[in-house]
Amino acid sequence: MRTLKFLLRKEFRQIFRDKAIVALIFFMPCIQLIIMPLAADYEVRNVNLAVVDHDKSSYSQKLISKVIASGYFRLQGYNASFKEAFALIESDKADLILEIPQDFERNLIREDKQKLFVAVNAINGTKANLGGSYLGTIIAAFNADIRLQLIQQPRFSAFPVIDIVANNWFNPVLNYKVFIVPGILAILVTMVGGFLTALNIVKEKEVGTIEQINVTPIKKHIFILGKLIPFWVLANIIFTIGLLLARLIYGITPVGSLFTLYIFISVYLLTVLGFGLLVSTFCDTQQQAMFIMFFFMMIFILLGGLFTSIDSMPQWAKLLTRLNPVRYMIEVMRMVILKGSSLKDVLPQLGVVSLMAVILNGWAILNYKKTN
Amino acid sequence: MVSEEKVIVCDKLTKRFGDFIATNEITFEVNKGEIFGFLGANGAGKTTAMRMLCGLSSPTSGNATIAGFDVYRQTEDIKRNIGYMSQKFSLYENLTVLENIEFFGGIYGLSDQQLKTKTAELVDRLGLKSEAKKLVGSLPLGWKQKLSFSVAVLHEPKIVFLDEPTGGVDPVTRRQFWDMIYEAAERGITVFVTTHYMDEAEYCNRISIMVDGKMEVLDTPANLKNTFNVGSMDEVFYQLARGAKRAD
Amino acid sequence: MKQFIAFVRKEFYHVLRDRRTLLILFGMPIVQILLFGFALTNEVKDSKILVVDYAKDHASGQLIAKIGASRYFKIQKASLTRQEILSTFQQGEIKAVVVFPGNFNENLLHANKAQIQVITDATDINTANMVTNYLSSIILDYQNQMNENLAIPYQIIPETRMLYNPQLKGAHGFVPGVMALVLMLVSVMMTAISIVREKEMGTMEILLVSPFKPVLVIFAKAIPYLILSLINVVAILLLSVFVLDLPVKGSVLLLFAESTLFIITCLTLGIFISIKTDSQQVAMLISLMGMLLPTMMFSGFLFPIENMPVPLQVISNLIPSKWFYIIVKSIMIKGLGIAALWKETLILLGMTAFLLVISLKSFKIRLQ
Repeated sequence: MRTLKFLLRKEFRQIFRDKAIVALIFFMPCIQLIIMPLAADYEVRNVNLAVVDHDKSSYSQKLISKVIASGYFRLQGYNASFKEAFALIESDKADLILEIPQDFERNLIREDKQKLFVAVNAINGTKANLGGSYLGTIIAAFNADIRLQLIQQPRFSAFPVIDIVANNWFNPVLNYKVFIVPGILAILVTMVGGFLTALNIVKEKEVGTIEQINVTPIKKHIFILGKLIPFWVLANIIFTIGLLLARLIYGITPVGSLFTLYIFISVYLLTVLGFGLLVSTFCDTQQQAMFIMFFFMMIFILLGGLFTSIDSMPQWAKLLTRLNPVRYMIEVMRMVILKGSSLKDVLPQLGVVSLMAVILNGWAILNYKKTN
Repeated sequence: MVSEEKVIVCDKLTKRFGDFIATNEITFEVNKGEIFGFLGANGAGKTTAMRMLCGLSSPTSGNATIAGFDVYRQTEDIKRNIGYMSQKFSLYENLTVLENIEFFGGIYGLSDQQLKTKTAELVDRLGLKSEAKKLVGSLPLGWKQKLSFSVAVLHEPKIVFLDEPTGGVDPVTRRQFWDMIYEAAERGITVFVTTHYMDEAEYCNRISIMVDGKMEVLDTPANLKNTFNVGSMDEVFYQLARGAKRAD
Repeated sequence: MKQFIAFVRKEFYHVLRDRRTLLILFGMPIVQILLFGFALTNEVKDSKILVVDYAKDHASGQLIAKIGASRYFKIQKASLTRQEILSTFQQGEIKAVVVFPGNFNENLLHANKAQIQVITDATDINTANMVTNYLSSIILDYQNQMNENLAIPYQIIPETRMLYNPQLKGAHGFVPGVMALVLMLVSVMMTAISIVREKEMGTMEILLVSPFKPVLVIFAKAIPYLILSLINVVAILLLSVFVLDLPVKGSVLLLFAESTLFIITCLTLGIFISIKTDSQQVAMLISLMGMLLPTMMFSGFLFPIENMPVPLQVISNLIPSKWFYIIVKSIMIKGLGIAALWKETLILLGMTAFLLVISLKSFKIRLQ
């Protein structure tokens, strides 16, 4: 224990000695937490729409103004032909084309049936999906209006209609900030903790100071603990600052208990730092450590369920995300902060993360060799 | 102060890296309080041998006990009883002199009281009073080396291993360095030192010379000069090293 | 020139010697393209939803069967109170709850109007949105089936075409995105770290006192990474064509030229960082932590840039990968030529020139 005290004192001194790194450690996450959520807006509000109106009738005008009035679409202009509109898609100026055929109004009245053409730029899948289906809904509503007008229905509809009442809980107005802030905080804490620990032991290897440590009778687990604790404390501080920022700037206050949140983050950090240390024991240079961490971080983040939902992944990828600690962290952050889940609700996640922590740290201790 | 007690016993100690035999069946004993010089050209296998004796590297075959502990099974016990100063400066450059002393003293288990007295003593002896709060990285090489040595013997180990401790330092500092070595030996610390400087070899009680991973000779400097019938250690070394196949 | 080649060769040996880094360097883009090409889709599959059926009649039964039969959802049935729904969401498994009120069938047939309540867990907006949309279309479909026999007058039938990506495969958006991301981070980090490393180790001094022009020393370090990155481009393209079925519609040659330009932009950025920093750790923190998230977010492949606040839209213009993402997307998927891309190309050229000039300037200052 006494040895640990000296180790910790040394590590803290070294961390705080390099002012440039301390500044980076604290400022970078804060700035990113403030800025990134502003950028992460998926809301399909500004779908750019190109209209090709061959009909130019009162109906076609009504339909177009109804679409624009919905607030989801931004009219990029009327085009004379599909080809012209397609050029807008090519240059990314438009996402959707709505083409109203000639004699739209006349045919609708005369023949009871009329087609409309919608073309979606489907490279960006989400936007295409959502934009297309919004447009579909608006067209259906327009259709109902017309019908009502034409046959002057009495009190109720002559056809069975199912009304879908959608209720979005926890985030009723679908505010993207609410959705993304806890996730970004999770990722930032993971990156700071992971990268710093990964670099730490390797740096001692590269500089050669590890030799002087290896020749002392220090116990391996004490040494690893000495490396783990400082970054654990640091990451906790950053996490706390992040929570405060989320509250001050985005007005996000955890619905659940802070106790639950900190219990989880404490264990989770052990996992992340353990992973960093493990990588550190495998590498000889900081460059190697950095690349390996980078590799895993990218996978962890993109398969973490923040940017794309895990539900939409194929089965094998879903299984893979079970090995991804970041996934559990993001899940729990959302559960506790937004939904108010209790410690009991997050027990499964806590269990997995604890197991990972034990394995990773145990492995790091085993893999750190004082004698080659 | 050399006693009959054997603190290093080495029997056919060997280290292979694949096909390459870095250290080939070296056998020798070192007595307590002895200053034992370990010589050899670059690449002769000195550092490898020393790392095995310190418990930093596992031997491929052969036996050795350091301070009575086995190099295979009791490396951690060995480490409690030795000090080590590596060829490459390996104190923390971004810690101050005092912080380095405190850290290494601490992990060797010195008490607060011991730490305090030792630190004061050490800073005083090295004349580092005004530099005590400076970062080690900013010190000149000579002082770094002396500090390294002092840190290596801070916990009064039975044996201290020095790997080319005086490389790159000026003659005056080297002289001072050897004074420190003698003091340590006087206190009963066995000194195991590798060097390239033949004048330093003369300061040792006994020296061994390694050629191509084998220990070719082992004797006092005077006896060696007699055997080879030459006037200086330089010439002894030259005669042996000329036959070497390995060089760096 | 001969000297320069000798230098480049030396740097190459350096890079090739470190097998582990090399493995990561080539393995990383390959694994990531494969992983993300297959794993990142924008389609909900097998989402767990809960059905609360108070009606338990013919129509609700049919509709539930229809929802259950779709590949989007896995349904569980339960009858829960509001409070119980809340705690279900708190456990986190269930993404949405569909509630059929009592008398569903009756309302539908006699009053011609029935309600279904869809409650989503909107802490994950993407999933919530998609689940609602899929549910709506299934319900709408059911409704239309019912009405099929009744002739509905005045029907507008929208015909939707998915351009470029008819099957809505995730790979279309992500391959160009991951390509931009990986190339950018790898090139920037590699150069930044390898140069700072020499500084830290003190070997830079040796190179700088050689009769060789110091600036060329820096360039010589960047060239192996340029070549390695180009090999990565080839690997990524091969994978995307042969494994992900995402062919290059436009000119492959143009794509290579643009990739080379982009890599050079990144290398100069790396050089710039390395000149400005002195320790590997700082260089890494800047090029990784400082750049990983911004590159992901501002490239435009995860979040639509036009949705961002104006200042951030301006910032996004400073991220080279944003422009490269547009270029790759246009060439690979849309099949456009240089005529449509000259603006983006010029921007990358401009960035490279700018970075080069300020790097050289600060490099000279340092030498004095």
